[in-house]
Amino acid sequence: MENKKKDDNNSRRNFLKLGLLAGAGTVAAGTLLASGKKDSGESGEKIKVLTTSGEVMEVDKNFLTLAPVGRVESHQGIPGRKFVMVIDLAKCKNARKCVEACQKGHNLPKGEEFMKVYLLQDSEKTAPYWFPKPCYHCDNPQCVSVCPVGATYKRSDGIVLIDNERCIGCKFCMTGCPYSTRVFAWKPDKEYEINQPYSPEKSVPGVEGTVSKCDFCPDLAREGKLPYCASACPMGVIYFGDIDEDVVTNGTETFKFSELIRDRSGYRYLENLGTRPNVYYLPPVDRQFPVERGLDGLDEETRKRFDNTPFVEKLKEKEIKK
Amino acid sequence: MSDIVGSEKLLREFAPQIERTGKTGKLWIAFLIVVICFGWFALYWQISRGHIVTGMRDNVVWGVYIVNFIFFMGISYAGALISGTLHLFHAEWRKPIIRMAEFITIISLLIGPCFIMLCVGRLDRLPNLILFGRIQSPITWDVIAISTDIIGCILFLYLALLRDLGKLRDFAELKVPAWRKKLYKVLALGYTGTPEQQLRLKKATDVMAGMVIAIAIIVYSVLAWIFSVTLQPGWHSTIFGPYFVIAAVYSGTGVLIVAMYFFRKAYHLEEHITLQHFVNVGVIMLVLGAFFGYFTFSEYLTKWYGSEKNDEQLIQVLLKNYFYLFILSNYVGVLVPLIVVGFKKFRTIRNITIAAGIVVIALWLNRYLIVVPTLETPYLPIEDARETWQHYSATWVEWALTAAGAAMFCLLFTIGSKLIPIVQVSELKEEPIEPGDIYLK
Repeated sequence: MENKKKDDNNSRRNFLKLGLLAGAGTVAAGTLLASGKKDSGESGEKIKVLTTSGEVMEVDKNFLTLAPVGRVESHQGIPGRKFVMVIDLAKCKNARKCVEACQKGHNLPKGEEFMKVYLLQDSEKTAPYWFPKPCYHCDNPQCVSVCPVGATYKRSDGIVLIDNERCIGCKFCMTGCPYSTRVFAWKPDKEYEINQPYSPEKSVPGVEGTVSKCDFCPDLAREGKLPYCASACPMGVIYFGDIDEDVVTNGTETFKFSELIRDRSGYRYLENLGTRPNVYYLPPVDRQFPVERGLDGLDEETRKRFDNTPFVEKLKEKEIKK
Repeated sequence: MSDIVGSEKLLREFAPQIERTGKTGKLWIAFLIVVICFGWFALYWQISRGHIVTGMRDNVVWGVYIVNFIFFMGISYAGALISGTLHLFHAEWRKPIIRMAEFITIISLLIGPCFIMLCVGRLDRLPNLILFGRIQSPITWDVIAISTDIIGCILFLYLALLRDLGKLRDFAELKVPAWRKKLYKVLALGYTGTPEQQLRLKKATDVMAGMVIAIAIIVYSVLAWIFSVTLQPGWHSTIFGPYFVIAAVYSGTGVLIVAMYFFRKAYHLEEHITLQHFVNVGVIMLVLGAFFGYFTFSEYLTKWYGSEKNDEQLIQVLLKNYFYLFILSNYVGVLVPLIVVGFKKFRTIRNITIAAGIVVIALWLNRYLIVVPTLETPYLPIEDARETWQHYSATWVEWALTAAGAAMFCLLFTIGSKLIPIVQVSELKEEPIEPGDIYLK
């Protein structure tokens, strides 16, 4: 599958696909980039690699970096996969490690968040809860339907990605998404200026004037790793897995997806909109933390975000009465 | 040819208008150019610093630019509908105002799409709309519809101009530079008004009049669908297509009346444009105003009565944060024209013009209230500490470009009226009425 796409390689980046033979052992995705023009200095340390045509080559270590999947390949999903995420609201205490790891992993400027944590309360008498919200990678994605140039697309593995090198920035997808998932790069940012070939699978580097969003980290999935948010969460709130294999894991615990959803009454947010999300929530029952714990230790800016929520307003009222 | 002699009197009357520009006229044009230049500066500011200099943010991703886009596309529709329908119904009184209506159509059609481009993050990638266009996207429908509309309207206006261009060419007394005489000659396409030519022109104009009405309805519906195909609480509405069409013609008649007023003053057209014209267009405006009020009412009534959570939230925001704008756009903007035109004693040229001015403002606000508050009340509440992220308010960049758009509209209108008489000079009764008229018998 990897071989037949050879001709589509982006000439600008001068890809040379190599399988690693010697060195650190096996690399899951097996895609390596040897780029002769970036670093002129050779380290002297040679590494043996296997080319796709089966030849063994010696390449200087400095010329080897892990290659992200190119724009053309990123349109195909990872074969045989159908990704799903389960978020256990009972365990979330707004530790915000998912947000931080995601920001770092995707080189995002402050304030441009792929993962957002909301403080929700469905109605006046119901209990408030913390609500981490990634992209839902819907099976009926409005954003993909409305895109005029095909810059956002749905893959066979269920992931919805954005090609920031094609996006014209009309923002129609942002109004199309009922979950406010998408963010726009409003200004040129130094975070976007990193020396790395662009890949829709990494959403890095960002491009000013285009739309981006949570990508389910398919680059990490290719290496058999969990998305940044899932592996960063100290509470193990976020489970990631494959709906066809019927398995989800947060890194420490692994469940059968169907059983987890059945036993814990899993649901999807705003099911009535018909977007068919691939992110499921487990309701906040038997909580491990009281909800106000999530307000502790937040920096001023983050804390202020929740000031207008009914829960925080009530808390303040109580304090004033005392 | 006899008809050329017949309109000499009119041409002589309008010759000064196209021969030279007075001091006030020059000042006016200079003022407009200054406003446009400031708009260019704002555009440079926006492109060099990114869209962060606008009031748009991640929730309210569309602002005043989109409002202006809908607004200009809307008034373009008035010319198409008014001139097309009046042409097909052989309404004789249309003659002095029809050219204005057609100018409004073309000019606003050229300006409207510029505003949507201001909203696009990567102008350099606009060719992608053609290179990678997806027919499933309403934006692609819009691109197709608007470009068809522009071509259709230019053809229609050109056909309507042909007889006047022929007359300008043959009018020897006209004191204009040689290049302009040449221009008239080329543009007139050798039209001399032979019976055969007249009949052909009539047929072509009839066909285009019908087409232009249909295309304009499609264009405006497609524009409405950009909003109503999404799941947003204030937009996901089945009546948006017809609602937008009615609102468009309504605002367009308003602009036409205002234009009539100013051109009547500036070019002393009192003899040609009379109270009767204001009342006639005013009545069209009144009927459309009633329809507009009806659509607005049913749109908000169903939302409010059903009070689904997100609809209720939107209505609350409209009545709380946007109360005065809401009243002005949806009550004052409907009732004032109804009263002013509806009661005979209020019908003066000044009153009707004021009512029309109110309609224009109200309809701009109506679009603002459709676009912005909806985006401020998404399904998931906006939880952001940054004030600009919670509430939209347009910045100087957006206002400067809005003003530049309006100035461009006025400038093109002024220049147009300097090239071609603002009142049609050829006689309407010279138009042959075919025995088998194409749509009407």
